[in-house]
Amino acid sequence: MNLDDLADLAEQYRAIDANVEREVRVCMAASCQSSGAAPVLDALVAGLGDSKPSCKVKGVGCMGLCSAGPLVSIADREASLEESTIYRDVTADDAADIIASLDGPPVERLRCPTDQPFFARQQKIVLENAGIIDPDSFKGYVAVGGYSALIRALSEMTPADVLREVTDSGLRGRGGGGYPTGLKWSTVAKMPATQKYVICNADEGDPGAFMDRAILESDPHRVLEGMAIAAYAIGANKAYVYVRAEYPLAVERLQTAIRKAKRSGFLGNKIGDTQFSLEVEIRLGAGAFVCGEETALMASIEGLRGQPRPRPPYPAESGLWGHPTLINNVETFANIAPIVREGGNWFASIGTERSKGTKVFALAGTITNTGLIEVPMGTSLRDIIEVIGGGIPGGKAFKAVQTGGPSGGCIPAQHLDIAVDYDSLKTLGTMMGSGGMIVMDETSSMVDVARYFMEFCMTESCGKCIPCRTGTQQMHSILDRLAKAQATRAELALLEELCEVVQATSLCGLGQTAPNPVLSTMRYFRDEYEAKLGDA
Amino acid sequence: MSLQQAKPPLPSDDKRWKLVNATMRRNGYADHALIETLHSVQDAFGFLDEGSLRFVAASLDLPLSKVYGVATFYHLFTLKPKGRHACVVCTGTACYIKGAGGLVERLQERFDINPGETTEDDRLSLLTARCVGACGLAPAIVIDGDVLGKLDSETLIAKLEELT
Repeated sequence: MNLDDLADLAEQYRAIDANVEREVRVCMAASCQSSGAAPVLDALVAGLGDSKPSCKVKGVGCMGLCSAGPLVSIADREASLEESTIYRDVTADDAADIIASLDGPPVERLRCPTDQPFFARQQKIVLENAGIIDPDSFKGYVAVGGYSALIRALSEMTPADVLREVTDSGLRGRGGGGYPTGLKWSTVAKMPATQKYVICNADEGDPGAFMDRAILESDPHRVLEGMAIAAYAIGANKAYVYVRAEYPLAVERLQTAIRKAKRSGFLGNKIGDTQFSLEVEIRLGAGAFVCGEETALMASIEGLRGQPRPRPPYPAESGLWGHPTLINNVETFANIAPIVREGGNWFASIGTERSKGTKVFALAGTITNTGLIEVPMGTSLRDIIEVIGGGIPGGKAFKAVQTGGPSGGCIPAQHLDIAVDYDSLKTLGTMMGSGGMIVMDETSSMVDVARYFMEFCMTESCGKCIPCRTGTQQMHSILDRLAKAQATRAELALLEELCEVVQATSLCGLGQTAPNPVLSTMRYFRDEYEAKLGDA
Repeated sequence: MSLQQAKPPLPSDDKRWKLVNATMRRNGYADHALIETLHSVQDAFGFLDEGSLRFVAASLDLPLSKVYGVATFYHLFTLKPKGRHACVVCTGTACYIKGAGGLVERLQERFDINPGETTEDDRLSLLTARCVGACGLAPAIVIDGDVLGKLDSETLIAKLEELT
């Protein structure tokens, strides 16, 4: 198969709905479903019946503004989210009004303006299909140009060409570490082994982060396409997606996508009639945060306790069952198809000097617009929180934003103007992490937040290395006494010392970064710690 | 030369064991299918008891200690039976900021159980989760698999009291 054949196929699939002019899109991602999107979809389908063949109701993925769900958008075929009319907080009772409005003016009482910064200020690459295509439809993905990057790679590019584009793009791992993706791929590609593996890390364990979930629920084929391109570039024929069992909907959509892609010859044997084959299998996590660490994740795929091992050797040399293995995060793979399609230089033109492209963030906590956004790297925190996120509700003052989950830290108001990228966040004592941003207002106690994260790390510590196993316990007990205003100044000093020791001596990222929430809150909110001292 | 061990007989004629066996067969009884198999036991029976751990160990030709080690390592696996209903309170960061801790405390008081425990009449299990990914609905609660959001403790308790 070449690109012309694929274009013909896409044309065929588009012709199926040739008479459809307008689409009624209902968000069927997890958050909107929890607010009651399924009855809305049913009511719209039943209400529309066969009365208007030029209109079609379809379930789509995440539109982003989760706090206003269930969301419904009315759009011309292939129109983007910003070009559509969006309705918020829709119930099944609103279906009749929405259907009646298809020929006339929109239903003003439900309207959610699309010219507001939340929609207007985003730039979508990873989420370009989210909220537009039906995630369960293979044909829908191909119709919008899906799998063209894979076919292009297989029919017109050598593995080295693909590696060059990915390297040129400057893409860095979106799971949190920010390791250059092109370099990682090249290392695995250079290994002489005949058996290699590709793993997609979808064990999104950071509390407050739901980007990967939304990507898998909204556009699963996009992730599979990225994985297939990676497998071709490094010479692997077997891939795993390691997904949290807590995400049943994402697992279901991924299973459907794998089945359909395989049936149509885009996965499995001899993809696109070439010599390249790839089997993709799903492995379910079982609720262990540490399995987001790559060596622990591989242990879990092998059916073992998810405990990390020392690196080196890195997975690129000796990974799954001792074979060279490429592990990337969901969002990283979701960036691959556009890079191959548009070229590495195009991607490198977006973002900052050392962080290219866009980043998907999950906004949560005390913020008006809770949900998912995608902005170019380098967007300022103030823009993200006050403009796109709509600021703090209820007239309260902003206190801090927490990024990077239990491995990250809190950023106070005086640093809101920083341009967000991997390096700038690091200088502030936090990290990009996978992209969760939890906004806290003046009522949040920072000591309490630090205790919360330490409790998290303490329970999630796998117990293999002593600094993490006992260090997190000791730190937690001091933080607990601090929160109850019982700790002494000597204990506070001990806490700081423990932070250093645990950071320096733990085996894996979980322990090494566990002190970060404490250190960053101490750095910016030391007065709160002082005020909590029992002997003050 | 490898000797193919005879597979142990099903622990009982309960049809659900066939589902478990199907999972192991699909994975060629490979030892790395252990977690998948435990998932399928828990999906079928609700929890992992000693009998099922022994059966899985014998079927996959693994030491019982290893099976037990894996079953107790992962939070999702439970070795105790759950109540007829399960209420999971999400304690992810967003939910915590929005008062999930207080919700748990109120439920503890009202039903006299700690997270991870079941009421004496087996009616309700109280559980906590590390982020169910529904941060837009914080604080999020999962009752018998349905995610509910933005509940205050009074509404939540009223909902739970309606369950039979």
